This record gives sequence, structure tokens and C-alpha cells, in this order.
Amino acid sequence: MTVIAKDGYVDLVQDKVDNFHGNQVVYVSWDDHLLFCAAQAFPLPPEMPFKALVFEVIPTVFSWHKEFEQVDWAKAQWNLDGNDFVPDMEKSLAENGVEHKSLIRFKTPGLTGIDGTRM
Amino acid sequence: MAAKKLNLRKRYELLTRGMGWETSYQKMDDVFPYDTFEGIKITDWDKWEDPFRLTMDAYWKFQAEKEKKLYAIIDSFAQNNGQTNLADASYLSAIKLFITGVTPLEYAAHHGFSHLGRHFRGEGARIACQMQAIDELRHAQTQIHTISHYNKHFTGLHNPFHQSDRVWYLSVPKSFGEDALTAGPFEFITSISFAFEYVLTNLLFVPFMSGAAYNGDMATTTFGFSAQSDESRHMTLGLEIIKFMVEQHEDNLPIIQRWIDKHFWRAYRVLALVSAMQDYMLTNTPMSWKEAWDIYFVENGGALFEDLGRYGLKMPKHHELATAEAEHLSHQVWSVFCALGNATGFHTFEPSEEKMAWLSEKYPNTFDKYYRPRFELWKRQKAEGTFEYLASLPQLCQVCQIPMIFTEVETDPMQISFRNTKYKGDNYHFCSDGCKDVFENEPEKYVQAWLPVHQIFQGNCGGATVPEVLEWYKFQPEDGGDYFDSLDYRRWQEWHGNAEAAKTGS
Repeated sequence: MTVIAKDGYVDLVQDKVDNFHGNQVVYVSWDDHLLFCAAQAFPLPPEMPFKALVFEVIPTVFSWHKEFEQVDWAKAQWNLDGNDFVPDMEKSLAENGVEHKSLIRFKTPGLTGIDGTRM
Repeated sequence: MAAKKLNLRKRYELLTRGMGWETSYQKMDDVFPYDTFEGIKITDWDKWEDPFRLTMDAYWKFQAEKEKKLYAIIDSFAQNNGQTNLADASYLSAIKLFITGVTPLEYAAHHGFSHLGRHFRGEGARIACQMQAIDELRHAQTQIHTISHYNKHFTGLHNPFHQSDRVWYLSVPKSFGEDALTAGPFEFITSISFAFEYVLTNLLFVPFMSGAAYNGDMATTTFGFSAQSDESRHMTLGLEIIKFMVEQHEDNLPIIQRWIDKHFWRAYRVLALVSAMQDYMLTNTPMSWKEAWDIYFVENGGALFEDLGRYGLKMPKHHELATAEAEHLSHQVWSVFCALGNATGFHTFEPSEEKMAWLSEKYPNTFDKYYRPRFELWKRQKAEGTFEYLASLPQLCQVCQIPMIFTEVETDPMQISFRNTKYKGDNYHFCSDGCKDVFENEPEKYVQAWLPVHQIFQGNCGGATVPEVLEWYKFQPEDGGDYFDSLDYRRWQEWHGNAEAAKTGS
């Protein structure tokens, strides 16, 4: 749709990647663990290895949940921006196709929240 | 010869229509530059039917009388230490959210109506907007005056306007107001006067004003009553402007329908905050969010749109989803406030046993199954001393700016509803089809959204740590956190002679 405006429209993208000081925003959701209410947001360098996301970044927040210590990462199922995918742990976020404001979701088979309540 | 006294009708005409004229030195389009670009075609402003016959002098007189009564009651409330008669100090969380979330919105509406009061070409519409501009200013002012009494005794009421500009959850009402303010005049009035004030206003009025009455808050009840006669004028204006636009030109209909769809959804999302207030913050609740939604939207709103059907207008898009969400909304919103309760300007708390029984009764399909377990868990953790607040920042919806907490209520209520799109190479995320539609109709507008979480990451909010950001919000350390650990709680216990609890907290 064309812009309906009185005067010229300023082309302002508030969250362009350049505004994040070398980082990009990545959202992470642990499915079936709704105590987290929403996916969590992180500013991360695109060159960060995927394994650093999993073993360094994710625990800072998700270890809040008592099931976290039972997570077997070898069995985790990943979804990137709506598509199932198998991350290469050694490669960077960018090389794994993680973009600025990508949404990464993971499921942990067998772990479905406290007492199986999906929370 | 003595001046003849004019009859009311004549007097009314002179004081409204008599105030306008066709300009000759300047082109009318230059004098009124804002009322054509949106595509709304007005062929004859004289067809505008004034929805209420009120002249400015009568308006002043009427308002001044109400004002006198209001301030007399506020004075007596203060002199009699009315704050001690509340149902409970935890009720104040609702008032804290109101003064930071709603009062600044009243002030923003004052700006908007002042603009319309100058820029509508028809003088009848201009004068109605001028009165509403003064109403909105008066509402902001009387709310501040009323609630300032509580500011002497309770936390979290000290910087509402500063916080409105900065705080993560207050960007929800703020961005709604700014969305309307930055639109043209016809869209603004459709948004505020019709979608908000006509279709949804009772959903705000019931929880606040009758909620205040149910909880011994005579001060808030009084400003509610003082505002009520203004609100009925505002509603009449909302309906009149819709009918007027539709009757003026057939090309207007699709534009208006799109605005109704958009602003219904935007305003409804703002009311998600109200739902939590109604079901959880109020100690005594006059009716549940779901009951209010059924009466005021499903029944009354349904009847309204049936009437408007003869103009070709339809129920707002996605209203079915809003109705399906009614059994979930307040629980989901209150959960996120509880999980992030160290970063709120009001106190959070798990519902009492009595309140949970009430919630089970009011929400038989959802509360016990989906929501009771999390509150019981948090309660248990607090009793054991193992509870921790969530130490991260949630993903926000690009349009309503609420954390993306809403779920697939129609298919899988424990699955977050994720929607997204790409625009000019960037990813954008939405909590619902409603918000996604709003974005896709005007992406250029919403790519500019000031999302609090992203602003923190960009370094614009005082620092990268929670304490730094809260300081930038001007939250005092005692403003947030659990009610039972709060200064408000201890003071309340002290007033009511419970010395032990006053010393130690819960």
C-alpha cells in the first residue's frame, strides 16, 4: 500500500542492525515451557558460534527453569524462523542462517514443563 | 430598545455555526490543510448534525459546577484519611497502572482534539472537538489531583509522565495514543472517539470506577462520576462522526472500515492491561473481564454493529479472536507482570486462595487447567525462598508492543502465537493476526516503533543492566517487587494495628 501522508515520509527504521553496535537481535523460545511467558531477546554478535549461544547464552536465562539441567542438547529439536533445522554447532550464527531478529525455537523431547504442564 | 433575549436554538446556532465563514483572502484549502489528505470526501459540512447542543458558555458553567463538587469531595477524602478505608493497599497497583498508563493518554487525547478543534473545516465538528480537548485536559488534571493524595502515602505514584515516556509496559498505551495522534484528523477521531470511546470505553470504565467503589476508593469513584457525563458526550461524537463520514461519500466506507478494524484491535490490545487489573489487582472485583467483555462487547457492541450494518459497516476484523481470548487474557498478562515483577512500578502478588477460587468460578474452562499451576508454583517458591524473577528481556510485538505472551487460544492455549513478516529485508514479529494486519497495511509507520527492549540493546535507556534501566525509568527501589515485601504492605499493617507484620513483611 502506498503511504498516505500529508508530507514526505521519513524513511526511519528504528531497529536496523547498524543501531546495535555490532550485534544482532536474536529471539530464543523454549517450547512447552511457558513459565518464560515469551521468547527471550538477546543482542549477539553474528560471528558468535552456535555452540556459544547454546552453552553460554541460553543458560544465563533458561537455567531459571528447574528442568533446564535435564536438557540433553544432542536430542534438542530446533526451528529457525518457522523451519525445522539442524544447527552446526561449530559454525557462527550468521553461517547457520540466523539473521537480525531471527526467532530460534527449541524443543526438548521428554521435557514438557513442570509436572508435564507445558510451563 | 432592550436587547431581545434569544431563544436557545438561535443562540446555539450563533455560537456554533455563526462562528464559521468562507475565507476570501486565503484559500480554504490553505486555511484547513489537514482534512483532505486521508482520502475522506466531505461534500457538505453543513450536513453535520451536532450530536449535543451545548454552547461554550453553557459548557463552562456546567463543568465548573462539577469541578466544585469534585474538589469538595477530594478535600474531605484527604481530611478524613480516606486512604485508610481502602479494601487493601494492594489495590493501589491498579491506581499506579492507571495514573502511569491512562492519565498520560488523556493528556495526549487533549493534544489530538485541540488539533481537530482547529483543523476540521466544519465549525460544528470543530467546536465539539474543542470541548472534548478541554474535557481531556480536565480529566488528566483531576486524575492527577485525586491520585496525588495517594502519592503522600504509597509508593509508585511519583513520576507518571516521565514513566509514560520510558517504561517497557507503558509503551503499550503510549504507542496507541501516538498511532492515533500521528494519523490524519479523521483517522484520529475514528480511533479515539469511535473505536476507543464508543466501542470499548465501558471495558475501562467498569473496572476502574465500579472497581474503585467496590474497594473503598471514593476519590477515584468521584473523578469517574465527574468524567462520566463528558464520556457520554464523547461517545455521541464518536458515533456521529462515523455516520457523517459514511453518509458524505460512498468512497469513504472502505477507509473507515479499515480504520475501525485497526483501531479496534489496537485499543483492545491496550485493554489487555486493564483485564489484568480487573481480575487480579482489584481486591474486590465487580465483574470478571470475561463477563464485562460478553456484556459490553459481544452484546452491546454486536447490537451497535447491527445498527451500523445499514451503512455497510461490519464488525471489526478479528473480533472473534478477541472474544476467544477473553478466557485467557488477564491470566496471561498478570503472569508476565509477576514474572518480571522486579521491573514494574507497582506491586505484583499471586492471587489469594479466595481470589483463586473466584477465578476458577469465573473461568471454569481455563483457570484451573492452564493458569492456577503457575501461581501455585510461584507461591510455593516464595514460601521456600527459591523464587527468582526472570532475568531477561522478552520479545515484543512490533505493533502493540506487549511482550509476545499471547497464545493460540483457539487451537493450543499453551503454545505462544508467533506471527512474522519480512519487510525490506528485515524480520518483524507480531503477537497475533490482528497486529500483523495493522503492520502490513502501513509498514512504513510501524518500522519506526520505539520498542523498549530494542532501545535498551541500542544503549538508549540509561545502561545495560536492570538497575540502570530502572533508574532511568525513575523507579524507586521500593516501587516494584512483591506486595508482601513492600513498604506499602508494612505501612498498611501498621495503620491497621498489625505490628508484627508491619515489622517483618509477610
